[in-house]
Amino acid sequence: MALLKIFGNNQETKDPYGAPGTGKSTLISLVTIAVILGAWWLVTELELIRALFLPSPGLVFSKFLKISCYDHYKESFLVFLGLRAEVVAECVGFSENALHQHILWSLYRVFSAFFLAVVTAIPIGVAMGMNRIARGVFDPPIEFYRPIPPLAYLPLTIIWFGIGDFAKIFLIYLACFAPLAISARAGVKSCSIEQIHAAYSMGASRNQVIWHVVLKAALPEILTGLRISIAFGWTTLVAAEMVAAKAGIGVMVLNAARFLATDIVFLGIVVIGLTAFIFDGLMRQLERLLVPWRGKG
Amino acid sequence: MSAVLSLKDVSMVFPAATGGGSITALERINLDFEPEEFVVALGASGCGKTTLLNVMAGFLQPTSGAILLHDSPITGPGRDRGVVFQKHALFPWLNVMENTAFGLKLQGVGAKDRNAIAEENLNLVGLSEFRNHPIYQLSGGMQQRVGLARALTTDPEILLMDEPLGALDAFTRENMQELVLQVWRRSKKIVFFITHSVEEALFMATRLIVMSPRPGRIIHEYDLDFCQRYFELGDARKIKSDPDFIKIREEILSIIYGEEIEE
Repeated sequence: MALLKIFGNNQETKDPYGAPGTGKSTLISLVTIAVILGAWWLVTELELIRALFLPSPGLVFSKFLKISCYDHYKESFLVFLGLRAEVVAECVGFSENALHQHILWSLYRVFSAFFLAVVTAIPIGVAMGMNRIARGVFDPPIEFYRPIPPLAYLPLTIIWFGIGDFAKIFLIYLACFAPLAISARAGVKSCSIEQIHAAYSMGASRNQVIWHVVLKAALPEILTGLRISIAFGWTTLVAAEMVAAKAGIGVMVLNAARFLATDIVFLGIVVIGLTAFIFDGLMRQLERLLVPWRGKG
Repeated sequence: MSAVLSLKDVSMVFPAATGGGSITALERINLDFEPEEFVVALGASGCGKTTLLNVMAGFLQPTSGAILLHDSPITGPGRDRGVVFQKHALFPWLNVMENTAFGLKLQGVGAKDRNAIAEENLNLVGLSEFRNHPIYQLSGGMQQRVGLARALTTDPEILLMDEPLGALDAFTRENMQELVLQVWRRSKKIVFFITHSVEEALFMATRLIVMSPRPGRIIHEYDLDFCQRYFELGDARKIKSDPDFIKIREEILSIIYGEEIEE
């Protein structure tokens, strides 16, 4: 009952009989983040947990400066400006690569896979929504492999495609493909029969109906699918980079774990989380721009 | 003079949703549409009004019978028959002007020409100042006016209106009845208008057909002139409270109720 009182409470919205859960939550989220960071700092500051298990925020941040070669690039910049004679600080990085190189490699893999998924899954999903033969053909394989964890078929992609980048991209591609195809398929059903009839009675051909009505109406769902799809891509990244990758955020995390460099593991996790978060924010903006009508009559 | 659009013995039978039976939505409907007619179909839910409209629009193929447009059978939907739906069926990704000009765009009419025609029709429904508004910011009545302007823009010979005012509030609805009549008078289209409001049907029709359900058929026809009287007088309420009007209204209501009691 106490729990119900806390979570079912709408008093602060001044609408006690409204739909539960309305009102702004941004401030609460910011407080939550501050509390988590504060607890992290406090626990490590008081040395309640050893740094091996939980490195302090300061330690993670200094590792961030180190492996992103902050000093090296700062000095290089000063030399470039003529404010300094030479670059002394070396660029050490981690696993022979600076942080930005790891990030770029991972971005390359995730976005290659994402791009391939976009150009294949959207047409296939749309075809499944509009054609019973396409639906019959593609439904069983997609529904079969979709719930299988990528780690389970990782060995297969290596046997088939070797240990090069293609196998990694393929693994991420599979993770991106299913949610996007399913969204596109559902999106095709978004337009009403009246909208289709209206277009036909204004003289539209079948192709015009598909292009000007069905696909336009599918756009909101497809954009949601893109967001879900890229998120699946990020969750598969570490698995994809488990085998024989030289650089990449996933490799960085895995190598760091092998050396018990917990601070770098933390850093890698934060970097993946932030990158995915930033991209999701951009996609939300894109949605606002492209489908302002979403959810409105 | 031969009719513009005529229905010859049109029947429509649907298989029942459950069991192996069938439902006769339309039984041997015969109807002729002459130029400048405003034909209203009136009936309770399930009497086949919308099926009739869908058959005329070409969305459905009748089980038997034929629909002739200038003596040649229709095979599917086409520009010669514009449709206005109960729920506006506009495209929310286009603004008011783009929605109105949509049909002309499909035909490859250039932006300038199609916008000029769309503008004319938006003027006709009194919406030209909203040309750049998104659809979802308009009220229900305004959305229906865009739907009407859109259907007019492809210049059809006949306007099929499927309970276009059914979802509007009572005040907007009365205003829209007058607007639709004005548009009809100025555009000189044939209108086929579906409603389940007896008052609306009587007020607007030049010819009223009363339909009854299971099987859907026409049980009564009236030739009316209340809309002409409205054009002369300009006072809708006065027409609707006229003793002649009330007498026919009650007569039709008793026909419809009588049909229901028979079952």
